[in-house]
Amino acid sequence: MAKSIAQEFTKGLWEEIPPFRLVLGLCPVLAVTKTVENGIGMGLATTFVLVCSNILVSSLRKIIPGKVRIACFIIIIATFVTVVELVMQAFTYPLFLKLGIFIPLIVVNCIVLGRSEAFAFKNGIVRSLADGLGIGIGFTLALASLGAVRELFGNGTLTIWETPIQIFGPSFQPFTFMVEAPGAFVCLGLMLCLMNLVGSK
Amino acid sequence: MGDYVLLAISCILINNILLAQFLGNCPFLGTSKKMETAVGMAMAVVFVLVMAGVITWILNTFVLVTLGLEYLRTIVFILVIASLVQFVEMFLKKSIPALYAGLGIFLPLITTNCAVMGACLINVNEEYNFMQALVASFSYAVGFGLALILFAGVREKILLARVPKPLQDTSIALVTAGILSLTFFAFKGMV
Repeated sequence: MAKSIAQEFTKGLWEEIPPFRLVLGLCPVLAVTKTVENGIGMGLATTFVLVCSNILVSSLRKIIPGKVRIACFIIIIATFVTVVELVMQAFTYPLFLKLGIFIPLIVVNCIVLGRSEAFAFKNGIVRSLADGLGIGIGFTLALASLGAVRELFGNGTLTIWETPIQIFGPSFQPFTFMVEAPGAFVCLGLMLCLMNLVGSK
Repeated sequence: MGDYVLLAISCILINNILLAQFLGNCPFLGTSKKMETAVGMAMAVVFVLVMAGVITWILNTFVLVTLGLEYLRTIVFILVIASLVQFVEMFLKKSIPALYAGLGIFLPLITTNCAVMGACLINVNEEYNFMQALVASFSYAVGFGLALILFAGVREKILLARVPKPLQDTSIALVTAGILSLTFFAFKGMV
């Protein structure tokens, strides 16, 4: 193995940061990033599922038969998603309501399944943990930054936790386009363009 | 009857599953480079989504709710969808090989298409009755197909255009999707 464990972790933060470098799992990225808070909440929920499923898949990789591995991955992931769903319902109910069906939909998030298939099934537990954590944090950062841009221009506020903070003064005219559906696509497209521009230099 | 037409219109145009609800965006970007693949994917989704919508509705109403096991919904739904896709694939291969050849590779991809799972969850969350769930599933699938095929048409044209280097590929596709989404956004005042 050429890469150290630290490198497995940091690759999720820039080299392979989803959804910019790995264009996977776009649905929650576009749908929940109306505010920073939603983005962070979604990111952390996904990180938890990603880390736990990576650990379990990697520790069971010698037992799971190759032919039915996808079905096994899905059951493992679905179990952890149910855990997240119940925990969020109990402790962060307002956030749970805002994220809505996108929490159960972590099951079909291609990033989670993709990491199980491409990484955890072939690597050891510690390595898979680092990989899951890195990709998860990268995903959270991406969601939070997209959420920040959209909320800032669409509402003139930033919501880190529950109460929105006014950034622009009261005379700010909100650019509502950004928080609506079309704005999500355009904004993500432009951020991707910016990443390409910075990355190519 | 009028209610069902209204529900269908709202599911196809106003709450379009791809462009307004953001479900199923991975295949939306992944299979829209060519018209052929877009049509194949759209057909496969119509086929599977209607079946999945109906079956998950029945299971949820008669098994999960009756037994008080709603918290198992996520696991049950994904298993139903995954096995349904597998089953449909085997069935088509055996009995309708022509259709199988057409849908072929798109069928297994549908398991991780969140449009299918999402539509099933919406049906349950909105507490639709059986007919409403059927109409809604079908309309969501048609909306998915409509948006995907329209988008593929636009993307084929983009291939011929000269796009600035950093904007190429996914980036320009997302911006285009935004503009397409804007046109669907205009339907919002309709119902």
